[in-house]
Amino acid sequence: MHDVTAGDARLAELQGDAAAYADPPAARGTLRVLTCGSVDDGKSTLIGRLLYDARLVCEDHAAALARDSKRYGNAAQELDFALLLDGLEAERQQGITIDVAYRIFATARRSFIVADAPGHEQYTRNMATGASTAEVAVLLVDARKGLLPQTRRHSHICALFGIRHVVLAVNKMDLIGHDRAAFEQIARDFIAFAAPLGFQSVVPIPISARHGDNVTAKSAHTPWFEGPTLIGHLETLDVGADDAAFRFPVQWVNRHAADFRGLAGTVGTGRIRRGDEVVVLPVGNPATVARIVAADGDCEEARAGEAVTLVLAPETDAARGDLIAARDDRPEVGDQFAAHLLWVASTPLLPGRNYLMRIGTKWMPASITAIKHKVDINSREHLAARRLTTNEIAFCNLATAAPVAFDAYAANRGTGAFILVDRDSNETLAAGMIRFALRRATNIHWEKLAVDKAARAQLKRQTPRVLWFTGLSGSGKSTIARIVEQRLHAEGRHTYMLDGDNVRHGLNRDLGFTDSDRVENIRRIGEVAKLMLDAGLVVLCAFISPFRAERQMVRELLQQGEFIEIFVDAPLAECMRRDPKGLYAKAKEGRIKNFTGLDSPYDPPEAPDLRLDTTAASAEELADVVLRRLGG
Amino acid sequence: MSFNRSASDMDSRHLRQLEADSIAIMREVVAAFANPVMLYSIGKDSSVLLHLARKAFHPSKLPFPVLHVDTTWKFREMIAFRDRAARELGLDLIVHVNEDGLRAGVDPVRSGSAVHTRVMKTEALKQALDRHGFDAALGGARRDEEKSRAKERVFSFRNSNHGWDPRNQRPEFWQLYNTRLAHGETMRVFPLSNWTELDVWLYIREQGIPVVPLYFAAERPVVERAGTLIMVDDERLPLMDGEVPQHRQVRFRTLGCYPLTGAVESTAATLDEVIGEMRLARTSERQGRLIDSDDTASMERKKREGYF
Repeated sequence: MHDVTAGDARLAELQGDAAAYADPPAARGTLRVLTCGSVDDGKSTLIGRLLYDARLVCEDHAAALARDSKRYGNAAQELDFALLLDGLEAERQQGITIDVAYRIFATARRSFIVADAPGHEQYTRNMATGASTAEVAVLLVDARKGLLPQTRRHSHICALFGIRHVVLAVNKMDLIGHDRAAFEQIARDFIAFAAPLGFQSVVPIPISARHGDNVTAKSAHTPWFEGPTLIGHLETLDVGADDAAFRFPVQWVNRHAADFRGLAGTVGTGRIRRGDEVVVLPVGNPATVARIVAADGDCEEARAGEAVTLVLAPETDAARGDLIAARDDRPEVGDQFAAHLLWVASTPLLPGRNYLMRIGTKWMPASITAIKHKVDINSREHLAARRLTTNEIAFCNLATAAPVAFDAYAANRGTGAFILVDRDSNETLAAGMIRFALRRATNIHWEKLAVDKAARAQLKRQTPRVLWFTGLSGSGKSTIARIVEQRLHAEGRHTYMLDGDNVRHGLNRDLGFTDSDRVENIRRIGEVAKLMLDAGLVVLCAFISPFRAERQMVRELLQQGEFIEIFVDAPLAECMRRDPKGLYAKAKEGRIKNFTGLDSPYDPPEAPDLRLDTTAASAEELADVVLRRLGG
Repeated sequence: MSFNRSASDMDSRHLRQLEADSIAIMREVVAAFANPVMLYSIGKDSSVLLHLARKAFHPSKLPFPVLHVDTTWKFREMIAFRDRAARELGLDLIVHVNEDGLRAGVDPVRSGSAVHTRVMKTEALKQALDRHGFDAALGGARRDEEKSRAKERVFSFRNSNHGWDPRNQRPEFWQLYNTRLAHGETMRVFPLSNWTELDVWLYIREQGIPVVPLYFAAERPVVERAGTLIMVDDERLPLMDGEVPQHRQVRFRTLGCYPLTGAVESTAATLDEVIGEMRLARTSERQGRLIDSDDTASMERKKREGYF
């Protein structure tokens, strides 16, 4: 049984002390701190120590801590401060930190929001969550072990996410007898390693989180150390004034009355005064700030971080998703850019697939057009890659469905950051940081032709359509599509049929059957179908097209009503029985890999425009159903 | 309630920053969800939430209804305060009671705090969210209250059974909240995540926000049970043999169902005195909540089941 006398003694000491519950300070803004470092380097212990020393651990929490220390604690004889933070049951049972914990506390000089990040690689996304908003990172290193792979990985993520200031807290100094030479060696190693990462400040401090050396008070054990204590440094750290240009993402339109149209949002960077000239992006309409409305009354000026409501003159049709910016210092506007991505989802990144991007307050479809290279998170080496999996970082080119306003992340965290979300599962897939705009998009304008789609369609006396037949191999897609085309042709319609096998002989002969190749296959076919539609044709497409996301992508390439999704429905067992090309037999023998329905998935359409049940009617009858849908 | 603030408080950058962050979160909810609601528990945090919401959407009215899940065991002064606030501020107030629980005779004294909380709070909340089809619910929880709250996101995803999966939360990068939901899924949103108890009181003082008088010390009839002072708010509290309510100078740091909410002895009768007392406080505010003390992990378990 553990001895908790030490814990009880601390409790008594705590109760005897006058509290130091400081007023939130006015001088410096709240500092957002991230603690990170390798597993067991003592991150949670350090935060627990900070809260405890700041007298912010209440009696009942301390009593619970003494109880929990006995039950779960790693520190046999003492209070285990980590248990103050590892708030989830699984964390206490496993003795590790899984998710980032936020602790808020204030000293007499400054208030802090501390994000305690997990060390394990599998929880990198939780660490990155904390890093995305932090201004300074406290990177812990075990004095006995020095820099570990996780230390390097966390340093890279801090740099990638734009943290400019690092405190290298060399912890557990008590276990190496407060050895100055060892501390200085670790500090030198880190400074050499971190040089290419571009931090503005790196401050090494020798500490013992468990015993409190150099945490809030200078340690008697390290008389040779002339630097600040950890808290002393954080209290006075200057993270730099905000001198970036005015950026204001429109969050919500306040229509209080017929004559009031307020654009509610938070000033991201810079400042705005009444009368300032702005532009509403991406369209670029110029306007002047007529009023800055706040609940306490109109203001003359609003600064970064303030939540206000702008009224523009002349009234423009700005909406949520638009970005209001200084007219003389504008962001980029474009639909292609290069960015770093941290992929956090369990499903891999597929180039070409349509994802949802959130940038500022705007949501829009976007896709990765190329993975330039993957970044080895430990060595920072560049590696070739065709896809990306969980916790991997890559430098990519992206394309958005429409032009969007943005800045480089290094210049502006607010307008240079984005997330990617899966369209079906709504899972957050990646965090992205824009490096630069790709110019080729800006310079290639869509050539406006004198003869357009409507004119061509009129000459042919028909409504152009894309009939998209999807279903398993052997379901009857091509058979039905062929009959439909013959009948349309007989009626004098102008048609063209794109067939899966035929396209793979030419246009797509470089593509295989992996998930990423299937995505690219459908993307190209979609673009070809779009051009043919523009030519005024009725285009018949018969493709397995197994993924919902890509069918949706093609639908969105076209105008409303032009895309008709036809689900050719046949049970897998029936398709295997028919097996018109003998493919199922080969796949079952293992001679074909990634065969849809067997070892590669098929997402059935949720709301197709037409569903053809091939077990209930003949191909001719089903072709009639399609023709009736087209209006004869 | 007014939005005027005195000149001396203009310096308080800290409160301004907290206020602006909370307003941004509330606006995001209204912009991103089809049918949001704000939970209103009548306590000090709810009062602050309501005040922030009025600022966020000024000059418009609140663009969502306000929901009180009533266990029928709240202090009488709380209900009076609620109804006055709804009247004066013109709130669209929904009061929901779990009628099934009432019929089954669930009460905090005989059924015990765990059953009462599950049936009359957690189940009742789920009933109300389902009945009205709310897809997002704003609440006043703060990360400094409890350890599992410190781990929770600002936009906290719930599956179609209102369950929380603490091991698999959506990463929350920057303020780029992923607000997308499938049918039946919901979001709980916490605009006061980064406020502390002291921040709440300082803001109430600065902004002149009304709160229930139970937060201020007064002579009140109480009985002492297992070291906790329970106020005898009405005749429903069964007195044990020989138990006689005594009048003591007490106040509450947190408000809930009166038989489950411990009072503290105090002479702090004004905001200044309450804040002064807070600076010397050695216990956490939820200590008076009997429902939290069953086990260290009890809050997390309740939250996984759908408790706010």
